[in-house]
Amino acid sequence: MKHSASSTFAFLFLFLIFTGVLFAQDEPIDSAMVDSVATAVEEMVPVNPPKPAQLDIVQDNPGDAGSSIHVSWILSPDDGAGDNDVTSYIIYRSESPTGPFEAVGSASRGLVEFEDATTTDGIEYYYYVETVAGDDSARSSISRPIKSSAQWFSTKDIDTFIIGLMISLSVIFFIFAAQKGKELYLRKIAGLEAVDEAIGRATEMGRPILFIPGILDMDDVQTVAGITILGRIAKTIANYDTKLNMPVSRSIVMTTARETVKQAYVAAGRPEGYSDDMVHYLTDEQFGYVAAVDGIMVREKPATCFYLGAFFAESLIMAETGNSIGAIQIAGTAMPAQLPFFVAACDYTLIGEELFAASAYLSGEPKQLGSLKGQDIGKMIAMAAILIGCGLFTVASITNSESLLSLANTFRSIFSAS
Amino acid sequence: MNFDIGIWIAAFLTLGIMSFLYKDNPWYKISEAIFIGLSAGYWFVSLFWQNLVSKLWDNLWPALDALFTRGEFTGGLLYLIAGILGLMMLMRLVPQIGWISRWPLALVVGATAGLQFINYLVSNGVIQVYNTITPLFGPVSEAGGIAPVTDVWHGLGNALILVGTFTGLVYFFFSKEHKGFFGGAARVGTWFLMITFGASFGYTVMSRMSLLIGRLDFLVNTWITGIFT
Repeated sequence: MKHSASSTFAFLFLFLIFTGVLFAQDEPIDSAMVDSVATAVEEMVPVNPPKPAQLDIVQDNPGDAGSSIHVSWILSPDDGAGDNDVTSYIIYRSESPTGPFEAVGSASRGLVEFEDATTTDGIEYYYYVETVAGDDSARSSISRPIKSSAQWFSTKDIDTFIIGLMISLSVIFFIFAAQKGKELYLRKIAGLEAVDEAIGRATEMGRPILFIPGILDMDDVQTVAGITILGRIAKTIANYDTKLNMPVSRSIVMTTARETVKQAYVAAGRPEGYSDDMVHYLTDEQFGYVAAVDGIMVREKPATCFYLGAFFAESLIMAETGNSIGAIQIAGTAMPAQLPFFVAACDYTLIGEELFAASAYLSGEPKQLGSLKGQDIGKMIAMAAILIGCGLFTVASITNSESLLSLANTFRSIFSAS
Repeated sequence: MNFDIGIWIAAFLTLGIMSFLYKDNPWYKISEAIFIGLSAGYWFVSLFWQNLVSKLWDNLWPALDALFTRGEFTGGLLYLIAGILGLMMLMRLVPQIGWISRWPLALVVGATAGLQFINYLVSNGVIQVYNTITPLFGPVSEAGGIAPVTDVWHGLGNALILVGTFTGLVYFFFSKEHKGFFGGAARVGTWFLMITFGASFGYTVMSRMSLLIGRLDFLVNTWITGIFT
């Protein structure tokens, strides 16, 4: 806190007298005297409140689900300058302009806004901001009454909506094109080319095939992708009359997988070959599941292991065990931290989106092919946007052009998803 | 000597699981069976109380009570839909009407795909594009929260992000064969992926080592030390 020179001098003068009195006494220190001198010192030091911040905008947050009000203010002139060092701002709220007000949050110095996410929709609230500088503070004026409310559409996400719409329309366009018989090209994916070979190897060796769909539930899109690929793999397994062993860690995954494998066997014309025992539940516990899968591996010695879905720390444990028994291993996941382990320990790995592309590639169905082609349009948009954006910023930065910089910022803000 | 039975059981099971490093053996099989059985039972109880009771029953019962005692329709009745879907899942236990269980499954898979579409589009697509758009060099770029590129290393870093992201996208482009310039770009994308995987591999191996150290610490400092004190 900055004081004027005169008040500082007065304070020091009194402090020296007080100290001298204390040392001059032979008697023990009288606490009453200490208090009286301290009071005198306090009275001599003038209260110097900071200049208050001024409320700027207090409004319902637009395009949200309600229960939130945006409060912004103009910084106190003492924030970073002036006579006082502002330390923080405290935001007060009341349901009446006369109070009582209660603190609903605070913001550090230099900040100019606060989201009050504790409001009840439909109730009128009044706000003020208290500027704090050490022990001193100053209040802003009280805001007009404001209510929070929910909106049906989030206007902040309109850019994301348009991008999503473009990709969705591309998907629909390509699905229709594929259904009309247009041949859609898809590049080869190495891991998928090896699927039939791996199943054939298990058949020749008379050993089972192990399929692990990850350890997450059906609400994870990777599990959905893994189960979709399972449908195609199970059909080939049915045709080759090979044994499938699929331990799972989630009950809904078990139900879905059983349904998928059953349909695959029916589609292959071998419904009698299907058994519910092919897909069996072990435990939801991550490492309990891994211990059981490892046990199955070393006892049944499957010739081929598929790991397609969402994986965590169990990925390397399973892939290493599969490697140690000499199985052909094909993995696929979109978990960035686990991909290195699959790459190191498996024969083929579907990296990230290749997992999602795999089902379309394997099935050759128009809907899935069209979906994949539509996603490629999304990638083209992303590549073009990155090149254009980087180019605009670089040229604007080199030429020091304000208009070009503004254009670059506007372009970039299209991708600023809330 | 410390005869805390819990510590001895934990040590027995820890060593049993570790014995798998030698080969499959009865000790491992016992530990494995205990682990699976206990955890499956634990999860059953946990899911029963955390989902069936606290999420379904605790919400549905007051709504049903309000309906039958006061004739009020409350929002909690929506949980009836979830309860019915859950019962439909159990229909597969009756082979004659097992097909009913496909409906809730279709709902779960369809709703998941729909909900995740926006999440993946934003987190894996839109935000990545936003963060990749940066100047490669030049001092003026403060607007929009982008730091000015004032030295060659900063510019090189931005260029690496641009090349890595762009060539990575090329690698994951499925509509064109990886040949010629396109193939070269995809190959560069593969290098970026592999370098990233290498770094991630090393980082994760170290974190796994800390897990091993944790178990060894238990065996040495809690179990063995307890025997001799």
